[in-house]
Amino acid sequence: MAPPSKRRAGHDRKAQYGLFVSYVFAIGVALVGILLLIISIADPQGFAVLRTAGAETTRPVAAGLKRLILGIGNADEAIGAYINAGSQNSALRRQVDANRTKLIEAEAIRQENLRLKRLLRLTEVDSDVVGAAHLISSTSSSAERVARIDIGTSRGVLPGMPVRAPEGLVGRVLRAGPNTADVLMIIDDGNVVPVRRTSDNVPGISRGHGDGTVEIRALNAERNPFKPGDIVVTSGIGGLYRPNIPVAVVARLDGDKAIAIPLANPSRIELVAVQRPYQPEPDSKPTTGTGVPAPPTSTSVAP
Amino acid sequence: MNGRSEARLARPRHVLHIRGTPIATVLLGSMLPALLPIVAQAPLLPPFGFMIFIAWRLLRADIWPLWIGLPLGLFDDIMSGQPIGSAVLLWTIVLLGFEVESQRHFWRDYRHDWLSASVAIAFVLFGGWLFVWASGHGGPAIQILPQIAIGIGLFPFVVRICAVLDRWRLP
Repeated sequence: MAPPSKRRAGHDRKAQYGLFVSYVFAIGVALVGILLLIISIADPQGFAVLRTAGAETTRPVAAGLKRLILGIGNADEAIGAYINAGSQNSALRRQVDANRTKLIEAEAIRQENLRLKRLLRLTEVDSDVVGAAHLISSTSSSAERVARIDIGTSRGVLPGMPVRAPEGLVGRVLRAGPNTADVLMIIDDGNVVPVRRTSDNVPGISRGHGDGTVEIRALNAERNPFKPGDIVVTSGIGGLYRPNIPVAVVARLDGDKAIAIPLANPSRIELVAVQRPYQPEPDSKPTTGTGVPAPPTSTSVAP
Repeated sequence: MNGRSEARLARPRHVLHIRGTPIATVLLGSMLPALLPIVAQAPLLPPFGFMIFIAWRLLRADIWPLWIGLPLGLFDDIMSGQPIGSAVLLWTIVLLGFEVESQRHFWRDYRHDWLSASVAIAFVLFGGWLFVWASGHGGPAIQILPQIAIGIGLFPFVVRICAVLDRWRLP
């Protein structure tokens, strides 16, 4: 059909002016858009108040729906598990047998560690938790990977605080409102985490890949030292993230970097803990400035 | 005339009912990613606010004034987590693009509208990715391809909803 349009001025001079003014308005709006973009790219925290207001208004619905529908993100996994049930069952059985011995060994090492620490009079302040929160929503239509949690500054959450799940690191707080906070996840391109390999303390950095994985680069090796199956944890270098939080497991190698899958799958975890930023003791750190990472301190004990 | 059509025809409607329905649906579409309890690992949901926005534009050619990209786009940016200004700019460009296009192609049909909407969705998603990338976040551009496909595939559905709402809205 041919819709009639009032934006056809014809020979009416007044209508032509009106049309011209509306185009000028539209171009003005586009220019305002460019201006806003420049401001928001140059100063990402500039519009935090607006975003926080939006987050606070949507919080009740998102939190309520989260309670209603848990596990919408892992429907595909459930279907996959159903199809692979037989082979998975036997594989898991073997894995459980292997893990049992490792668990016993780990328990022995933990007790030894505890004893040694008591000997050295080191006090463990690992549970420096500000609060527990639910992940209630995320920027699921944008390329930015930001999740939203349901506690905020009223519970002591401040921008910059690390956020972890029982399974591993989730990210750090980007913005905080009274009752909500936005978390920049480790899978975002803009989130860099200093890590080390658990087996031999090879230091590296983890950076988001944008598609649910992270890329790990070794800091001081000429060739890629990682291999599939390696587990990396936070090293605590530079502060912010406390050491020994699990980060990711290496899935494959890609040139000089390794592609790894985060251990805390944000679409599956329910509860996260917001922690206080970690500050390494100033005397235990060597004089940095060259960018060379310090070897892991006494908090990690190799078996 | 029977009673039913009398009741339906020329029933007085409040101006908010007529004018407000399209705006409310776009706002609701923009809020959807923030409302749904999905923590996505990659861009997953199509831009519902934008899809409803262009569905109304294609149903009723003069429903939006050309400056409407400013308030609606700003609201979409606040809700979606894009850099502020991204949707303001992109939505206004799309509105102007439709304006120029509808002067060149006067006779339209369903497929023509779907094609122009597909181009618009791809343009807006790519533009949105570009601005996120410029601000130092996001990832490779390839990750928005599924999102574009979902958006194009769901567009006829969105048009249907808008058409039903259009009948409800007008006297």
